[in-house]
Amino acid sequence: MYSKGLRPLAAASVVFMAASLSLVFFYAPLDADQGFIQKIFYLHVPLAIVALLGFIAGGVMAIKYLRTRDPSWDMRSYVAIHLSLVLAVGVLITGSIWAKGSWGHWWVWDEPTLVSFLIIFLLYCCYQPLRFSIEDPERQARYAAVFAITAGAFVPVNFIAVRLAQAFSHPRVLSTTGGNMPGEMRLTFYVSLIAMGLLFVTLWKFELVSKHAKFELKRLRRRLELSLEEGTSRGGAPSPPTATVPAQPIGS
Amino acid sequence: MPALPLDEAGKYVAAAYIVFLTLVVLYVAIMAMKVSRIEREVESLHELLDERGK
Repeated sequence: MYSKGLRPLAAASVVFMAASLSLVFFYAPLDADQGFIQKIFYLHVPLAIVALLGFIAGGVMAIKYLRTRDPSWDMRSYVAIHLSLVLAVGVLITGSIWAKGSWGHWWVWDEPTLVSFLIIFLLYCCYQPLRFSIEDPERQARYAAVFAITAGAFVPVNFIAVRLAQAFSHPRVLSTTGGNMPGEMRLTFYVSLIAMGLLFVTLWKFELVSKHAKFELKRLRRRLELSLEEGTSRGGAPSPPTATVPAQPIGS
Repeated sequence: MPALPLDEAGKYVAAAYIVFLTLVVLYVAIMAMKVSRIEREVESLHELLDERGK
């Protein structure tokens, strides 16, 4: 179900990643202000955008779950948030490296963009402990969905609030003036963004395939065990596995 | 701050890209380990079924 289109996606990700790296190092001109260190921009900003969109997507999938009660939407939401958290770690580390090179500090506490991203990251760090503290699968999925929707709504609100803030030294990329990027830089940035988006979708699908296979395997094992138990209690040959198996919490 | 010279900026750029690469490789490696565990479990199920069939 989930593995459909995974191979072409993976191939497209590799192609776009290669193209992105080539453009970053061999095509995009050096930034007049920051010089070579600005090359981190093509990694850090797409990572941040994709991570934030992943959080929002997790919220949208959680809405789908609450509307349909289909556990596959819960799984999709969980994987999107989990993967976005991994990317967010990358955003924080690459951002710190860039800050150290450009500003001379690993972290600047009076910079709204940095602090707001950290708040979002810490907020989503609570998602997994909340989720796995509940044993009942249905309740686990429901509570996690409510969290994902609330936190997902907080992401754009937070983004707008930071934009409205008066003082900032963090460079603006997506603005009405196009972030003052020359054409070569803009092209490189958009290719990097597409590459990062494709990588996210590929890894998301890959994890979904793995999770789905794990669930199916557990269900089969339980059904088999139940049928074997039935067979031995009757004293005859084991009957074919027909027993229904309750849903399993994610990560169990 | 003035732009860093290439040799110094290069270290930061390399560090950032290595961090990203490490994250992706780690993620894929963990996922590959999980998939191989599932494969082993499928094999054990096959063996169990074979034993019951004998």
